[in-house]
Amino acid sequence: MKAFGTVHKYGDNVDTDVIIPARYLNSSDPKELAEKCMIDIDKDFVNRVKPGDIMVANKNFGCGSSREHAPIAIKASGISCVIAETFARIFYRNAINIGLPIIECVEAAKEIEAGDQVEIDFDSGIIYDRTKGTQYQGQAFPEFMQKIIKAEGLINYINSQSNNS
Amino acid sequence: MGMTMTQKILAAHAGLDKVSAGQLIEANLDLVLGNDVTAPVAIHEMEKFKIKKVFDKDKIALVPDHFTPNKDIKSAEHCKCVREFAMEYDITNYFEIGEMGIEHALLPEKGLVVAGDVVIGADSHTCTYGALGAFSTGVGSTDMAAGMVTGKAWFKVPSAIKFVLTGKPRKWVSGKDVILHIIGMIGVDGALYKSMEFVGDGIKNLTMDDRFAMANMAIEAGAKNGIFPVDEAAISYMKEHSTKEYTVYEADEDAEYDQIIEIDLGTLKPTVAFPHLPENTRTIDKVGDIRIDQVVIGSCTNGRIDDLRIAAKVLEGRKVAKGVRVIVFPATQKIYLQAMEEGLLATFIKAGAVVSTPTCGPCLGGHMGILAAGERAVATTNRNFVGRMGHVESEVYLASPAVAAASAITGKLSGPEELGL
Repeated sequence: MKAFGTVHKYGDNVDTDVIIPARYLNSSDPKELAEKCMIDIDKDFVNRVKPGDIMVANKNFGCGSSREHAPIAIKASGISCVIAETFARIFYRNAINIGLPIIECVEAAKEIEAGDQVEIDFDSGIIYDRTKGTQYQGQAFPEFMQKIIKAEGLINYINSQSNNS
Repeated sequence: MGMTMTQKILAAHAGLDKVSAGQLIEANLDLVLGNDVTAPVAIHEMEKFKIKKVFDKDKIALVPDHFTPNKDIKSAEHCKCVREFAMEYDITNYFEIGEMGIEHALLPEKGLVVAGDVVIGADSHTCTYGALGAFSTGVGSTDMAAGMVTGKAWFKVPSAIKFVLTGKPRKWVSGKDVILHIIGMIGVDGALYKSMEFVGDGIKNLTMDDRFAMANMAIEAGAKNGIFPVDEAAISYMKEHSTKEYTVYEADEDAEYDQIIEIDLGTLKPTVAFPHLPENTRTIDKVGDIRIDQVVIGSCTNGRIDDLRIAAKVLEGRKVAKGVRVIVFPATQKIYLQAMEEGLLATFIKAGAVVSTPTCGPCLGGHMGILAAGERAVATTNRNFVGRMGHVESEVYLASPAVAAASAITGKLSGPEELGL
């Protein structure tokens, strides 16, 4: 599985309140949530983002609330992968559970800039910045999480487990 | 190498003699929680399951508290979805308006969580129950759905930071000040993926409500959970509120910690977190002249009876500064009633504050106290992110009930000492 797209870049501690503000949480429709994605720190994101694009940020991405609406909004906006130095733990779980690919990679998160064209190979964890010609090795997921990701989410994974038993 | 308190609880719930940091385990759950924002997403996810049942109708708690009383039609639809689900599956612990409260104040009060439990909740402040010596942590809606069906959740066993608390807090210094001080010290990702284990002689000088406030904000340091030892105060709280059997776990003497931090509670001052991160802390003597428009006293962090008593002590016989809006929201119906019987509500109203029904509304900028562009609030809540309480150009200053109440009187960020208290 591969991803390729243009980078949207953010800094440290991007919280779930700016990813999707609470005033829009009276909806749980992915399309409606996507229309408001990142609105409080990057009003123009929803106009710029194209299917397949990649989000890159620094440390502690997705901190704050447990709202699954945050990864849902990002995924529904067309983003194919989020790369960050570190993720807040609930966001990390939620992204895996809903099948939004995320990769932790300190160097890539620091060096990749907004507008760069970036390619990601999920099987190898290799991140390639075509604009800069630089390559990074993202951290591989533990086997257990890979299984959830391959099943496209936790619920499919649990369903497949109950098939086997 | 021994285990931390958290690791021992997780090992017991995974049926293992021993676990170590980084290990992936599947643990049995004692309680699964959701609210009106997160449960509808979980209920929708549950439709994808082949199994159409819940693991235990007594071990699920559903608390519509965020946008309730329903703030608009969409919120009403969400609450309806939760209500219908609760009826269909005969969920014992569904709390309708009139019997509800803010979830993290309500569950301990209803006796649904006790020491030694493993609890997941689709709300980040689920970590609050660590005050009782339970392992509790926030998850998303899909984890909640899986938990409701299977009664299990996967965890990566966390490593821990040990906080050794000594001494006695000075007058007007509360659990809120202690946790803000800690977050200021270690940062909003200072405990990322880890447990914050609080130990030491100083704990006996912290009330249960102080401890709830501290465990509640462990997430603001990125932690998986915050946890306190089970002492006499915790046992007496559980005996008063619950009929459930509790289990006391203690960290091994040779447990491994990533870091050990010692804090003398007697040296701390009232502490405020400036916009836009809980780590931007300053002590009250260093805040400068910050004029304010709104004061919010309440929330899952600081809406308990001790918090209201402290606020009332400061507001008693005084008047809110002209032009400042003060909103007090007791965290549960029981606390509301108690505050009424103790005369605290009268004190608030006479001072010029409004008293609201329990709701998460103002804390997350949902309803009941939204800020306009350029406005500033002092709040006893837990987050001060950009746009948290309203307009992106508004500001939230996080503080204790004592500081919030004093600020309401002076119209600027102030400690109670400024009023001669």
